[in-house]
Order: sequence, then C-alpha cells, then structure tokens
Amino acid sequence: METIFFTIVAAVTVLSGIMVVTCRNPINSALSLILTFFCIATLYVTLDAPFMAAVQVLVYAGAIMVLIVFVIMLLNIRSEVGRRYTHAGIIGTVVGFLMLVLTFNFLNNSSLTGAKGLITTDVINKIGHTELIARSMFTDFLLPFEITSILLLVAIIGAVILSKKKI
Amino acid sequence: MDMLQFPANIAAAAGVNFAAIMPEVILSVIAMALLLVNVFINSEQKAYLGYLSLIGIVVTFFSVVSGWGAPQSGFNNSVLQDNFSLFFKGTFLVSAFLTILITDQYLKREECNWGEIYPLILFATVGMMLMASGTDLMTIFLGLEVLSVSLYVLAGFNRANLKSNEAGLKYFLLGAFSTGFLLYGMALIYGSTGTTRVAAIASYISQNGMVLSNPMLVAGMLLMAVGFSFKIAAAPFHMWTPDVYEGAPTPMTAFMSVGPKAAGFAAFLRVFIVALPAMKADWSELLWVLAVLTMTVGNITALKQTNIKRMLAYSSIAHAGYVLVGFTAGNAVGTAGVLFYMLSYAFMNIGAFAIIVLVGRKGEENNNVSDYAGFGFKHPVLGMCMSIFLFSLAGIPPAAGFIGKFYLFSGAIQAGYVWLAIIGVLNSAASVYYYLRVMVFMYMKDPTEEFDWLAVSPSLALCLLLSVAGVLIPGIVPGTLLDLAQKAILM
Repeated sequence: METIFFTIVAAVTVLSGIMVVTCRNPINSALSLILTFFCIATLYVTLDAPFMAAVQVLVYAGAIMVLIVFVIMLLNIRSEVGRRYTHAGIIGTVVGFLMLVLTFNFLNNSSLTGAKGLITTDVINKIGHTELIARSMFTDFLLPFEITSILLLVAIIGAVILSKKKI
Repeated sequence: MDMLQFPANIAAAAGVNFAAIMPEVILSVIAMALLLVNVFINSEQKAYLGYLSLIGIVVTFFSVVSGWGAPQSGFNNSVLQDNFSLFFKGTFLVSAFLTILITDQYLKREECNWGEIYPLILFATVGMMLMASGTDLMTIFLGLEVLSVSLYVLAGFNRANLKSNEAGLKYFLLGAFSTGFLLYGMALIYGSTGTTRVAAIASYISQNGMVLSNPMLVAGMLLMAVGFSFKIAAAPFHMWTPDVYEGAPTPMTAFMSVGPKAAGFAAFLRVFIVALPAMKADWSELLWVLAVLTMTVGNITALKQTNIKRMLAYSSIAHAGYVLVGFTAGNAVGTAGVLFYMLSYAFMNIGAFAIIVLVGRKGEENNNVSDYAGFGFKHPVLGMCMSIFLFSLAGIPPAAGFIGKFYLFSGAIQAGYVWLAIIGVLNSAASVYYYLRVMVFMYMKDPTEEFDWLAVSPSLALCLLLSVAGVLIPGIVPGTLLDLAQKAILM
C-alpha cells in the first residue's frame, strides 16, 4: 500500500518538476512548481515528518510561491516564452541517455540500503517530531543554525545593494 | 602518512567552544559594526570603512596566529580549528587585505563608492574560514553559501555597468546550479553513512566496508567532486569563469580568483582526505583526469586571449589544474604544496590585478594586451612589479610560483604519477608564452597612445609592495613557509 502510494506521489513530483522547466507560459511553470512542493510535502508525511510537511506547505507552497506569482504578474510576462534555452540540445540528450544507461547498470548490480538511522517511527511517536528537530538543531547543528543568520544578513545586504534605486 | 588527522593534543571539545570559531566571530562582528558605521558617514568618507576593515583583518590575523599549534574543536565537532584551517584562514585574510587595499581607488574612479562592499568582503572571508575549519558537511555547505552569496553581489557590484550585471547574474545562476550538485552529493553521503560529521563518515565506512559498493556513496562522492570543481573553476566546470572575471569589478575579480579558490580547495581536501580515504583509488583517478583537463584547457584557451582580464581568468583555471596535481598526488609533499601554492598565488595574482586596476580609466578599462605597449618604459617601477608577478605566474625562479609548482609536481612524482607531472611541466612551459607576451608589449613595443600620469594611491602602493614581497621572499627563502605548510597538514 505504502509503496504504491509512494510511486504515485513520486511520479507526480517528477512529472510536475519536468513541467516547471518545459511549460511555455511562466504562470503554468509556477503552478507546476506549487504542485511539486505539495507532492514533496506529502512525501514528508509518509516519512513521519508532519512538521516538515507543514513548514514545506506554509513556506514554500504558501509564501514563496505567492511571491513568485506576484512577480510574474507585476512584471507582466504574459507573452509566452518563445523558445526555451536549448543550447547543445542534441549533445545533451546523447550524454544524458548514456548517463541513464550507466546509472541503470550501476543500480542493477548493487543494493541501495545505507545506514539505518536512530530515529525510527517509534522514537518519533514517543518524543515528538518537532521536539526532535529542535533538539538536533540546537545541539548538534547549533553552529550551522547560527551561520544561517549571517547568510540571511548577507542576502539582505545584497538585495538592497543590487536593487535599491538610490543608495 | 596520516594527513589532516584529528589532533591528539586537542582542547576539551564538549559542547560549545567559542575558541574554535574565534576568528570568524571577530570578523563577523567587525563586518556588522561597519554596516552600522556606514549609515552615519557621507560618501567622501567611505574609504575610512576600508581602513577600519583592514584593522579588523589584522586583529583577526593575530587571533589566527595565536591559535597556531593549539587545535580547538567545538559545537559537537562541527568545527575544528587545526593548523590546516589556520593556514588557510591566513591565506584568506591575506587575500582580503590585499583586495581591500586596491578597492578604494577603483570604486572612486567608477563612481560606485558604496560602503557596503567592505562588509561584504569580510562576510565572504568569514564564509571561506568556515569552509576551511568545518568538519561537518552542513558547516562546510553553509560557509560556502555565505561566501557565494557575497560573491554574487560583489560580482554585480558596479550596478551601472552592464557587464558587471551580466557577471553577477551569470555567476548567480551557475553558482546556484552547482550548489545543487554539491548539496545533492552531501545528501547522498548522509543517506549512505547516516552522519554528516566528516570524521564519523570515515569511521562508518571503515567499519562497514560493504557501503563502498553502495551506488549512493559513489554518486555522492562524484556529485560533491562536481560541486567543488565548480568552485575552484576546474575544467569542464569552468565555463562561468572568463565572463564573470571579465565583467566583475577588477578588485573583486582579484579577490574571486584567489580566496574562493583556496576555500574550495580547503573544503575539497578536508572532505576527500578525511571523510573518504577509503575511496582514494577512485577519486585520485578522477582528479587525475580533472587536473590534466583543467591545465590543458586553461592554458590553450589563454594563448589566444587579447583581453588581459580574460587571459588571467583562463590562467587561473590553469593554476587550479596545477594545484589539482598536488591534490591528486595525495601525499604530504603534494598537499603541503597545495597550501603553499594557494598562499603565493594570492600574492602574485592580486598584485597583477592591482596593476590592471591602475591602468584602467573611468568607463574604459584598457584591458587589451596592446594597451600595455610601452608601459615598462613609461612607468619603470610599475613595469618591474608587473614583470615579477608575471614571472611568478609563469613559474620562473626565483619567484614563489616556481617553488610552489616544484613542490606540486615533485609530490606527484613521489606518488608515482610521473605522466601527470610531465603534462604539468609541459603546460607550464606553454603558459610562458602568454605571460611573456604581455611583457613583450610592455618592453618591446612603442606606445600607441600617450600614457597619462598614473595616480598611485598610497594603499595601492602598499598592496604592490606587499605582493612583491610575498612573491619574492618565499621564492628565495621558501623554508619557513613550507615548514608551516607541512606542519599544517601533519599534526
């Protein structure tokens, strides 16, 4: 049951991802992107990560996508993109196909199971998903968490420098 | 020979240990303070921000020097400030210092004199330092992001200039793409080993040998190699380099060609030597191919460039190739050569770019090689400086570039990669052509137009002085610096 569900959701994710880059109309691309985000949120739910799913929907499918759609509308990109960027399309197809064959060969001869994590479904049910995230964020990954604040500061400065009319 | 091992004489590492990130903390605090100061001063006084950031860099440098030999680990082993990272931190600080010295004159000339450039350079340096001392894939990745985001902005800093805009946007798009590769590689490694700590990955692999045949681990290694190769501008991931280097403001080009490259190598070395020693046979083969491609593509394309910034861009690709030779060797001599070379490359390349800044005019960068006709006679001292930098880039003794290449290639020979060293030397010989072509124009052609009197600001003169010293002193007496580089990797 779970496998079938995963297959369907994963297929929709990949297809809508392809739609994002192949759609002629930017609005369609944006809407496909929303679909992709929702599918990923669904995958988080199947992984027992409801908090991640909620954040994914709120932040990505909600806030960020609204911004993207707003920008598309404000910039008035109504006309279709005449041609997508197709530099060296044939070479890309050939190389991509070869890579695909290699990858399949590679995958057929080996197992994909990696290390089993410590945080199983039982642990999540006992302690709680949000608490687990908070614990690892403020203990093991405290430094990366702090670096993120510097990263955001730099991004803000950059946005102001590059786009403000008069500095 | 064990390199970059977890130091034995380490200070107690449990929990948060601010001593392990002291240089980063100092530099970020200074950068944030400068942002505030920037609001209160008018546009004629922006140069003071430059002086303040220079003071900040010197203070940070003292904290780096005082940490030498006393390794510190902190934040549950997500950073490790050992001699290896300290040596690289020194290199980053040197490149930021020299860059800031040449920035002010350029900004005034191009009328984009906004004070934010100095905090951005400092934040980029913080990102590089985190990459060098990160022992967790997350720390390395976020350090790389801090560095990259600052660089995207710095590349497009000259907003009124279309080429600068193009450089910023191109760098942003391709950089974001390559970051995706790197992050995907890290995710696959995490998936197959269950940890992001660099040392823990190695111990997991050594305890569970089966994981080596897991395609996820192999694909993760390959994707990370792609991501890092983009950052160090190795062929075939070098396509962004010439356009970005040409369009970006010249001082920022100097910075980009030195600091981030060194940071990329620092993280590349740390992840591959510490986390994936079990796959060394695989990745050294991969790096062999990358090194040969990078050297050859860089040098051959540089041969026919007429724009000097583009020429130096391709030359920087070629230099990444030489450094990859030392990395491929994977022994102590080659790796110490990488450290030595990145530091001396900082001096010679930023020095050369300082001269390019000088020759440029507002709106007219005078970037063609033919613009240098007669330069050596009109400005004998500047011409001599440029010749020293070019000789060093070409790897001619007694400049530091020669010693660096000597160690990189002898490392390769000791490790049994004789052909790699031969290809490297041949490439180095080919590169002499395009470096010396600039000198032929400087000394053997008559000037096509009258040179104006070049205004050399004191800070730019200081940059040239330091660069010449940094090229000649390690070139003539390399012992001290090489000793430091060797101590940096073996402790």
